[in-house]
Amino acid sequence: MSSVYDEFNDLPELLIEEVKELSKGLDSNERKKVLKRVREEFEKAKISPGEAIGVITAESFGEPGTQMILRVFHFAGVAEMSLNLGLARLIELFDARKKPSTPLTTIYLKHGYKTDLSKVKIIAALIKETRLKDIADEFSFNLTQFRIEVLLNKKEMRDLKITESQILTTLKDNFKDMDVKGDNGILKIKPKEKDSLSTLYKLKEKLKYVNIKGIKNVGQVTPVKRDNEYVIYCTTDDLKSVFEVEGVDITKTTANSPFVVAELLGIEAARQVLINEAVEVIKNQGLDIDIRHIMFLADVMTNKGIIKGITRTGITSEKESVLARASFETPIKHMVNASLVCEEDKLKSVIENVMLNQPIPLGTGLPGLVAKMKEDSVKRKK
Amino acid sequence: MMKHILIPEHRKLNEEETKEILKKYNVSRKQLPRIKINDAAILELNPEKGDIIEIIRSSPTTGKSYFYRVVV
Repeated sequence: MSSVYDEFNDLPELLIEEVKELSKGLDSNERKKVLKRVREEFEKAKISPGEAIGVITAESFGEPGTQMILRVFHFAGVAEMSLNLGLARLIELFDARKKPSTPLTTIYLKHGYKTDLSKVKIIAALIKETRLKDIADEFSFNLTQFRIEVLLNKKEMRDLKITESQILTTLKDNFKDMDVKGDNGILKIKPKEKDSLSTLYKLKEKLKYVNIKGIKNVGQVTPVKRDNEYVIYCTTDDLKSVFEVEGVDITKTTANSPFVVAELLGIEAARQVLINEAVEVIKNQGLDIDIRHIMFLADVMTNKGIIKGITRTGITSEKESVLARASFETPIKHMVNASLVCEEDKLKSVIENVMLNQPIPLGTGLPGLVAKMKEDSVKRKK
Repeated sequence: MMKHILIPEHRKLNEEETKEILKKYNVSRKQLPRIKINDAAILELNPEKGDIIEIIRSSPTTGKSYFYRVVV
């Protein structure tokens, strides 16, 4: 049974699976015939050498791209979070911008947490950032003592399970040159050196934004029910800190920024994020681009082990030919630099040959003439 | 290192396999796609420069697909 398939192990796994499924009623001879035919078709379907797949990919993205929305921010999806959608997001992805304009981390939870809403809420509270101003009722100046007094909201503190001593230690860590004292719900912060009044004002503003609890710069944290389990959406790209929170399933939790993922999980994971995000954008727009094009783009972008965007500082800068680089953006810069270092252009690629009105090495223009030579003449040439 | 749904299987090739792969695709190490030596996914493989890492991706079009990267 299995021997029939062994002979055809050069075929992709999915094809074999499909044949297995569809050829249940056949005997092994017939099945072999089917497989042979499948292999024939598979060989035909393969891309031939010299095919301009880059251009095909560009066209495949270009046409649906014209139909995408340009309106950037939109409240989308179940979580009512503003997400960057459409063409703008796609450009952001393929340009490999370091910071996504709408960072999003999808947090999956471990077994034992993911179905229990109360536990999910506790984790969400752990992640959400609490600043001093969120738990304080009033910031006031005591000018006679030259200090700031912060009146804490005890109810908020109880809800968030923060104690006064916790706040005191974080404040002491953050402001080393201050005298920080707590007095039953009132914090007294006094600079050790007496300075002008304006520094006191600045201190007050700083105090408001001190991180007491949670992950820095996390805005929204929204638990959402998705197929029998709770998932937390959270507007941050600080995946590293999220991984450290207890109860978070670190085998599934992901962020939407390829850079963050590349740093934490490696280049292959980043490639997958690029693909997933691009597919998501395209699907959301009701468009359909074959996934092979997206995979190809992601492969090119991660080819060098780091993420490079399709920009003049990214993959375009790696082109060997000066003319090819100059034809993309900032031509004069490239020309000047190339002439300064006496760069040579071997005219191996397409665009420089188009410029010079020569046949391009593509498709039927790729192969040179191959002639059979006698062995000794080949040796002499070498 | 860590398991994660986004990370496909990474495997360091031994010398014999390396030769085989380079011959099969008729490429030199320089022409292969790269992976950084401190890449999070291969840390536990103790890679050295020039090693070839086989990556077994699950592809939506072919099921399983093999990809090779050279450690730089």
